[in-house]
Amino acid sequence: MQESELPEGRLREAARSSRIGAPILAVEGVSLSFGGVRALADVSFDVREHEIRAIIGPNGAGKSSMLNVINGVYHPQQGTIRYLGRTHHDMDSHEVAQSGIARTFQNLALFKGMTVLENIMTGRTLKMRSSLLLQALRIGPALREEIEHRTVVENIIDFLEIQAYRKTPVGRLPYGLQKRVDLARALAMEPRVLLLDEPMAGMNVEEKQDMCRFILDVNDQFGTTIVLIEHDMSVVMDISDRVVVLDYGKKIGDGTPDEVRANQAVIEAYLGVSH
Amino acid sequence: MSEINSDRDTFPKLLEHHAKVRGDRPALREKDLGIWQTWTWRDYADEVRALACGLAGQGFKRGDHLAVVGDNRPRLYAAMCAAQCLGGIATPLYQDAVAAEMAFPIQNAEIEHALVEDQEQVDKLLEILPKCPTLKHIYYDDPRGLRHYGQRELMGYEKLLEIGRESLRRDAAFLETEIAKGAGGDTAAMFFTSGTTGTPKGVVLTHAALIDRAKAAAEMEHLTDTDVVLAYLPPAWIGQNIFSYAQPLVSGYSICCPESAETVMSDMREIGPTYYFGPPRVFEALLTQVTIRMEDASRAKRWLYRRFMDLAQRVGGALLDGKPVGAVDRLLYRVGDLLLYGPLRNVLGMSRVRIAYTAGEAIGPDLFRFYRSIGINLKQLYGSTETSVFVCIQPDGQVKADTVGPAVKGVELRFTPERELLIRSPGLFKEYYKNPQATMEAKDPQGWFHTGDAGFVDADGHLKIIDRVKDVGRLSDGTLFAPKYLENKLKFFPYIKEAVAFGHSRDRVCAFINMDMEAVGNWAEKRNLPYAGYVDLASRDEVYDLIRECVEKVNADLSAEPELAGSQIQRFLVLHKELDPDDGELTRTRKVRRGHIADRYASLVDALYAGAATVHVEAQVRYEDGRTGTVSADVKVRDAKVFPPAAVRKAA
Repeated sequence: MQESELPEGRLREAARSSRIGAPILAVEGVSLSFGGVRALADVSFDVREHEIRAIIGPNGAGKSSMLNVINGVYHPQQGTIRYLGRTHHDMDSHEVAQSGIARTFQNLALFKGMTVLENIMTGRTLKMRSSLLLQALRIGPALREEIEHRTVVENIIDFLEIQAYRKTPVGRLPYGLQKRVDLARALAMEPRVLLLDEPMAGMNVEEKQDMCRFILDVNDQFGTTIVLIEHDMSVVMDISDRVVVLDYGKKIGDGTPDEVRANQAVIEAYLGVSH
Repeated sequence: MSEINSDRDTFPKLLEHHAKVRGDRPALREKDLGIWQTWTWRDYADEVRALACGLAGQGFKRGDHLAVVGDNRPRLYAAMCAAQCLGGIATPLYQDAVAAEMAFPIQNAEIEHALVEDQEQVDKLLEILPKCPTLKHIYYDDPRGLRHYGQRELMGYEKLLEIGRESLRRDAAFLETEIAKGAGGDTAAMFFTSGTTGTPKGVVLTHAALIDRAKAAAEMEHLTDTDVVLAYLPPAWIGQNIFSYAQPLVSGYSICCPESAETVMSDMREIGPTYYFGPPRVFEALLTQVTIRMEDASRAKRWLYRRFMDLAQRVGGALLDGKPVGAVDRLLYRVGDLLLYGPLRNVLGMSRVRIAYTAGEAIGPDLFRFYRSIGINLKQLYGSTETSVFVCIQPDGQVKADTVGPAVKGVELRFTPERELLIRSPGLFKEYYKNPQATMEAKDPQGWFHTGDAGFVDADGHLKIIDRVKDVGRLSDGTLFAPKYLENKLKFFPYIKEAVAFGHSRDRVCAFINMDMEAVGNWAEKRNLPYAGYVDLASRDEVYDLIRECVEKVNADLSAEPELAGSQIQRFLVLHKELDPDDGELTRTRKVRRGHIADRYASLVDALYAGAATVHVEAQVRYEDGRTGTVSADVKVRDAKVFPPAAVRKAA
């Protein structure tokens, strides 16, 4: 009976922390500049398997750049990314995706004219084996394969509760739902690590709560490791296991939400200091 | 009284019968992962057998109540039947109730076993667990999100099924004896009434009562095993349960469970049900959607719609009733059917509907006529939880907008001098659970059930309900005041979602209006009227003008009816928030709780009668997750024009 008196949140936390494993992704001394602009300066941190890891910071802190570095879109001038024990600093984004890292985008990069279902199906591209010709004709192995992919996609549609919009063109959906479709497409890759770029940006409170619940569920159900960039501190503190704080391209804090919240440098970066 | 075969006098026996007679025909369908999955009658029976043995293995005994909480899911219906196999009582609870509301039924029925749909329901039950010491076992269907729940009370549906299959293999005879022990007089199910007044009451219904009524209606409508029903309303409401549990087991027709609450419209189009049931608000919402979309259509289409709808209003109903109609109109209607009515029925998902019922509340006559005019056989029925639904049904060809039809076979009707309707029928409830006081008040020693509804039987033998006996009032000058009648008239306008009329013992009639956010929002957008949200839009002068026009049209209508001309609405206000069951303003079946609203918004009622132009109001609201907050606003009060009675002979 004692267990039932614990609030659900704490139960969850306790159960999850026992699941968190060894580091699978490590960023080591990464520096990135665009001409004279220093986007990242000697940033190091690691991400453990199954955890929800947040990167926060004020506008222009270098959060999205950090994600783009992990993602292989930008190549850092210094430092390395270690993923699953392998070190790399110039994988392109295609290779990164193939190695099991998926991402969503801050400004949504969906195919607006295509339906929700079709958009999520595009997330399966990397898993499709049959030739383009067979796929176009939808015969034999291609058809079987499509049915398999469709099953995975339907499971994700069910998981994210977007059944009602299966056949709706994405461009006609409200923003909060488009974000969910973006997440669905990333999940369709069945990633090991999921990078979320401001999943809650521009949402109202209810949509934010929904998204938090989905992020926690994805982490819980599929064991996906999640790296999350977020602007909204309160949201991050609620769902993350550990938080990295960036400010002007430098790491100014790293630790559990409670530790970060108490960190003087973080408070100053967010609230400003009186001079 | 319709005859009941003694080897088919309980629901489990009926299920076994169907599994034998039509084992390969569909019994239940559920859309899962985008595909309609079918359970045949044989699958249904197999599942129920395993589940019953599983429950027995967990200590479920004869006479125990099984709480079933969730949306329409085949597994939850199977659970109801499994409980009945063991001589238990299926007790469906409202799935959208907040945790606190669930505590009462569980304590009241001393429920030990509950089978619920998902994490949401599990969380609610765990929350009230300390208050419900009897609750020992919670089974859940969907394991999502429950992986780390360590509570001893919890068990997955699959696990329960496995235990059942195992014991079924060991001892198959056990269940057969248990099923055979059941008799028609046993209690089959308990439904908690929505509680318009006071705490909910558990209505105890026997197998015999439910089967008798389901059978009487099925015979009257010639239901067969090819009929199809979409189950989309809360299964805890008898209005859904009788159509998706009792009647299919009697008639052998199949039911379909939609994918989610949001997909009902498209699922309905895919399934094409032949037998349909909905409370008036559902029909209202559908019509509102059609009206909004027609307003957005091109001019030519709007013209076509208006022309053909006029024709349909004139002759559509008569055609459906088989009354004589001129050859030209007949031909024109045929053209209209091709161009408009057919496609419209298709959009509504009602192309194959043979019989559609509405009940639960009075339906606006214009709304009712709309569906009949486009060729949908919409009929009214009258009944309640206490009467196993079917008391009166309008027979084909004798459908009138303002009555609910003659009594169904086996039902006797009577009236008290106060015009209260009394009913005696084999479908009556046994008692209110553990509430002999209430049972005695509702059911007299001669077996007449006091409905609390006021009405009379008209010249054709059709029952006509005016209002609740306690709600029919009089203004201080003695003019008749039937609030529900006024409210229904107001609610027919697409812009008005709910209305609450006041006037009993007062000198004039005033009303609260709840605007329909979808319709008014759409209207505002088309006029480039900016607004920040519900509260802001509701307080706009433009919206007040729009609502005033509606109120004045109702007044004009009322002025034509001598008895009611004196109860025209003189002042009204537009409420700043939507009336909500979570705040106790509506019942779970979305009926207005007039008394509660009058208390809660006493300051608004005072303002209506005091003549103030605006009033400040603060109200507590309860969010879906159970937290509370306050909404405050300045609400305006406006006058509406009153028309002189049209008839020369003024009511004395």
